[in-house]
Amino acid sequence: MIKIYLLSAVLSLALFAQAQDDVYPAKEYNGLLFITNSTVHVGNGQVTENATVEINNGRIVRVGTNIAVPQGGVKVIDAKGKQVYPGLILPQSDLGLKEISGGVRGSNDYRELGDLNPNIRSVVAYNAASSMINVLKANGILLAATVPQGGTISGSSSVVQLDAWNWEDAAYATDMGIHINLPSFAAPRPTAAAPPIPAKADEIAKKALEKVEEVKIFFREARAYLQETTHTATNLKLEAVKGLFDKTQKLFVHAGQVKQMLVAIDFAEEFGFEVVIVGGEESWQIAPLLKENNIAVILNAGHNLPSTEDEDFDQPFKTPAMLQKAGVLFALNDDASNARYRNLAFNAGTASAFGLSREEALSAITLNTAKILGIAGKTGSIEAGKDANIVISEGDIMDMRTSIVTHAFIQGREVDLASKQTQLYERYMKKYGLK
Amino acid sequence: MKKIIFFWLYSVATGGIYAQQTFPVNGVADERSGTYIFTHATIVKDAQTTLQNASLLIQKGKIVAVGNDIAVPKNAVVVDCKGKYIIPSFIDLYSDYGITVASRSSGGFSYSAPALLISNTKGAYGWNEAIKADAEAAALFEADNDKAKTFRDIGFGTVLTHRKDGIARGTGTLVTLANKKENLVIIKEKASAHYSFSKGMSAQSYPTSLMGAIALLRQSYLDAAWYKSNPTAEGVNLSLQAWNNNEPLPQVFDANDKWADIRADRIGDEFGVQYIIKGGGNEYQRIKEIAATKATFILPVNYPQAMDVEDPDNARLVSLNDLKHWEMAPVNAAAFEKAGIVFCLTPADLKDPKQFLPNVRKAIENGLSEQKALEALTKTPATLLGVYDKVGSLEAGKLGNFLIASGPVFKEKTIVYQNWVQGEKYAVQEADWNEIKGIYSLVLYSGKGNINYTINVKNARAASIINADTLPVKFNFNGRLVSLNFQPDKKSKSFIRLSGVVNDDGSWKGNGTGVDGNSLLWTALFSGTTTIKPDSASLPGDLPMAKITYPFGSYGWDELPKQETLLFKNATVWTGEAEGNLANTDVLVKEGKIARVGKNISNMSGARTIDATGKFLTAGIIDEHSHIATVSINEGAQSVTSEVRIGDNLNPDDINIYRQLAGGVTSSHILHGSANTIGGQTQLIKLRWGANDEGLKFKDADPFIKFALGENVKRTTSPVNNRFPDTRMGVEQVLTDAFQRAVDYENALKKVSVGTGKKKQAANPFATVRRDLELDALVEIMRKKRFITCHSYVQSEIIYAMRVAEKFGFRINTFTHILEGYKVADKMKAHGANVSTFADWFGYKMEVADAIAYNAAIMQKTGLNVCINSDDAEMARRLNQEAAKTVKYGGVPEEEAWKMVTINPAKALHVDDRTGSIKTGKDADLVLWSENPLSIYAKPEKTIVDGTVYFDLEHDLQLRRTIAEERNRIVQKMIGEKKSGAPVATFKPSTYITLSCGDDHENDDEQINMQ
Repeated sequence: MIKIYLLSAVLSLALFAQAQDDVYPAKEYNGLLFITNSTVHVGNGQVTENATVEINNGRIVRVGTNIAVPQGGVKVIDAKGKQVYPGLILPQSDLGLKEISGGVRGSNDYRELGDLNPNIRSVVAYNAASSMINVLKANGILLAATVPQGGTISGSSSVVQLDAWNWEDAAYATDMGIHINLPSFAAPRPTAAAPPIPAKADEIAKKALEKVEEVKIFFREARAYLQETTHTATNLKLEAVKGLFDKTQKLFVHAGQVKQMLVAIDFAEEFGFEVVIVGGEESWQIAPLLKENNIAVILNAGHNLPSTEDEDFDQPFKTPAMLQKAGVLFALNDDASNARYRNLAFNAGTASAFGLSREEALSAITLNTAKILGIAGKTGSIEAGKDANIVISEGDIMDMRTSIVTHAFIQGREVDLASKQTQLYERYMKKYGLK
Repeated sequence: MKKIIFFWLYSVATGGIYAQQTFPVNGVADERSGTYIFTHATIVKDAQTTLQNASLLIQKGKIVAVGNDIAVPKNAVVVDCKGKYIIPSFIDLYSDYGITVASRSSGGFSYSAPALLISNTKGAYGWNEAIKADAEAAALFEADNDKAKTFRDIGFGTVLTHRKDGIARGTGTLVTLANKKENLVIIKEKASAHYSFSKGMSAQSYPTSLMGAIALLRQSYLDAAWYKSNPTAEGVNLSLQAWNNNEPLPQVFDANDKWADIRADRIGDEFGVQYIIKGGGNEYQRIKEIAATKATFILPVNYPQAMDVEDPDNARLVSLNDLKHWEMAPVNAAAFEKAGIVFCLTPADLKDPKQFLPNVRKAIENGLSEQKALEALTKTPATLLGVYDKVGSLEAGKLGNFLIASGPVFKEKTIVYQNWVQGEKYAVQEADWNEIKGIYSLVLYSGKGNINYTINVKNARAASIINADTLPVKFNFNGRLVSLNFQPDKKSKSFIRLSGVVNDDGSWKGNGTGVDGNSLLWTALFSGTTTIKPDSASLPGDLPMAKITYPFGSYGWDELPKQETLLFKNATVWTGEAEGNLANTDVLVKEGKIARVGKNISNMSGARTIDATGKFLTAGIIDEHSHIATVSINEGAQSVTSEVRIGDNLNPDDINIYRQLAGGVTSSHILHGSANTIGGQTQLIKLRWGANDEGLKFKDADPFIKFALGENVKRTTSPVNNRFPDTRMGVEQVLTDAFQRAVDYENALKKVSVGTGKKKQAANPFATVRRDLELDALVEIMRKKRFITCHSYVQSEIIYAMRVAEKFGFRINTFTHILEGYKVADKMKAHGANVSTFADWFGYKMEVADAIAYNAAIMQKTGLNVCINSDDAEMARRLNQEAAKTVKYGGVPEEEAWKMVTINPAKALHVDDRTGSIKTGKDADLVLWSENPLSIYAKPEKTIVDGTVYFDLEHDLQLRRTIAEERNRIVQKMIGEKKSGAPVATFKPSTYITLSCGDDHENDDEQINMQ
């Protein structure tokens, strides 16, 4: 008895000495799965009440109101009174690359040295066991783009699914985008802490254009290089942007200022790239132009202050509605790093409070995002043929008052919604004798 | 025509006329009396008195007589000033003439640099390098004729100069701008003492902030008073000694901004000093508050230049505040005159001193009287320094400091010919003295016969030739020599070139070269006058002009909003009290208070009725942890800075006040940052948008102070920390040591104030014990008169903070952030602390690795008073949503969740008897929401503070239109300036004021700035 007691004490000590996070990726599920009696938010703007979703081998087979559920041998989730959504997609993040950014350099792998790094691949450094990941699933985020930073061309990003043992298993769309950061065209606003920069505004713009030209030269030479069938010297950097020219990759241009976005449009025109703007704070000012040039936008920070004191207090909140009105394809991101992306859905909620319909707001974190990341063929909405990436919530997932995720499925696998956070919660509820 | 003038032209003042007796002469003595009489002049004796056809007699540098019937002494040089004005020359109180300071870029506080904890000044001086009370301008002063000329040319004769460096800058010395040995130009060796908020060249870390500078000033006043008792512990402290010696002098404070002026004045009030305040030019925006200081002001006239705003992407980065100020800056002096505030004018801050008179003229065009302008440059500064018996008007016995000009000194066309300083003449535009202006007939004599031309001379540098064509002449006249260079007609490719002399009788004679290259002789004779165009001064009234609003920038009020009697009908009222949430309920607001809560309240009091059907009425949100509305956040130089006070540096113009009203916030607790273990004193404010800094303060609330533990105070991300502590072990010792010192301090005070025997009840214990502002605050904490809100994260530090507090007999009032609070909730409950946390932040630094979103719920369930705070100017406008997250994470009931941003913070801040819930008799701090306030879709439609509507969604739409129109109007006007050829500055974005704690945010691997 004593021995057993000691053993269990040792075991529990060992358990606690590790991170408390002992949440496991789900086992594959190949059978039939039905989600019944639910309100299905398709992701494309449609809502179906009292619907059933039929899933087989991880794929959605049918969605409808008259789907019979066979008896036995199948998994059935009764979602009566609940809301069913496509799995939310985080369009831009350093997930799995950055663990503890402040003061713990060793936990960070998101920014490489060098200026032109198209050959850098974020996915290979993706830590599938990052303590951030389970927290996101519990809020309905099932897929995320993990993006390298630094330099002018940062490298390629990949989409990962958030329930995996390692990066190869996590990879959902590999190297689907090349990321470039455009230099600022405007002198930064001086603040109390940062006195004004002496450089003149036009000099800053001139320098920026020089940098842009340098990047263009890179792409011009890449185009020439890629037209060659054999090379005497293989150039990994030039090879790395091949997908941009054959459109298997998109160019993600990190840009917030109007002038930066005009440069992005210019990239699309000169090279024929599919261009996505990331950031887009000032995109509302040139929305029709973006639409005309088929430029998509990922809005980085919905919950932001206006960029000038004179701007409408709700400008960042209503920017999505302005893009929607202009017909621009856009997705919402949550880059408020203190909460580490878990509030993605609430950015959509705010966008809806300030002009988008509920379903338009949902599209901005599901189907629109999938389209922009080039994965709409297999996810982003609850439609037949797509992966069963599905979230079930007690109520409106975009409103924190009701957003309580009860189930989540990635490729049909029901994933564990526990995390280190829920485990610590239980642990200390136990300590205080609370339930 | 003008006979007497020529002898001046090349007679430069030699400096030897009234020589110093102690100096040996190398050569032959040349002592002269310098007796001059200026006759037939219009003499402006002072701003009130002008004499016509009068004389001024000077001798040995001083005025001997001024008047209409002055006999011409035999030894006097007579200067006929017919048609000319003699005006007292100007006095500048804000100069650094002859005193140079090497400039150092003020880098602020850098996290990546080691702290400089002690002064670099060698010698028996005080502890802080920025206190340079010992600097003596008279000793530092070196006369500099080139610089002097710059200021003589714009009308100045006397300047008060000092070294513009440091928080205490030592004495100023009053000097003339004569080109003489320093000994002779100093007219008052110690004329003033100078102060500022800027530490200037001091490389010492402390103070890093405005509030630190204020604390240092206050402590220095106390230290200086204490030093008078010759405390042996201090030894000789030359800085404090000088501080005391400077006390009787006029005290000049360089504040440079409307709010800073008021801050400076408050320091003066505390220590019985009335500063003369050097303003910044934006005082007109708050002239009532400025008048209330009762200070005299020194005003610059450096109006902002129009900027290149043609690029719309640039233009949007210029704030309406700056656009309006560009338009309105010239009204500043007139606003002072209208408000009856005494002021001087200074050319200080002007990039180009030549702009001084034109800019004073702009002030006059904008309503300043000429009389007041002259007074502000003569009598007022002289009187302030107690030297009106020496300078500032033209009276017998005063220095011979005056201007000779062509007319009233502020008129656009007026030419200042000469500036006399200490009875010696300095040329300004002397060439124009001789009325060269007029029509002349020119005759060229050559072998081929005579040729006649008519010349129209406009001034000494401009003339034209009138013949068949009117053609410009390249013309130059220096008072005696004249040269002309012109084409005889349009077709001619050659020039006639003439040079000559203007004779005493006014005729011109000389030689030259004709078009064909032959030499010739010429004469010219005056034949008539030309008419002068009047001044181009336009009246400002015809053009639209920006309005003063409160605050001055965007979203300001034309008039401050007033308390209203309001009746909300049929609302869902979330009381936050035992009554809970009430459907279909009315609330009456009267005289700033909640007058009644109930069903079917009839409108007996003429209240404005607001139909709140379908809407939710709640108490206003209270943010326990905010950093808005302040100029500085962190005094980061030392680990203990309990002497600094956020309340000393509030910024009522911060747009985030308005934005947060739009998010339903009515009160915010403005905290010092987390740069150090014992931070500064905090300030609770109400978001009374448009009020001044005093008006923002939550009156009679218990005072608090910010403490901080953990990574930020041990400067984890600084690669070169040399400031103690570097570990949590050290943090605990910082706390213990500080309170131990406070205990000893309090005991020492008790001992001297009680005393023994004859010494019993000594009147002022601080006569012997140094009063220490830092320890005062800590004693207040121990006496439970001041309360702590303590930034903290992990269980170890939370526990030891409580134990240190208990050891010294007090409690930690509130643990803020407290992301591991759930681990020690029971201990905090036992200690009696409140807690204030983030709803869902985690993972942004090591000490929040165990932060969980369920923290608030666990702490709430263990019975702690839990608040949800922002620490972020953006999130503060969505605190209702942050509260709602506790429903999601941990299932807190909605009513309880709502309390976490209203009554719970009110309790933690000891103001729950006044705000935080809807209850009869409490302050009417209310928000009307479009729907359930915990929903992300809810919007505040009205936010009310003390019964005054400070935010209204409909009014906001109106303001947006006004802002757009006003911005467009002024931007167009600026572009117009550029098109009209006026000088335009390159585009510069406006300064942005949003501040944050700085370090609770994600810290990248690179350095972070704490501000």
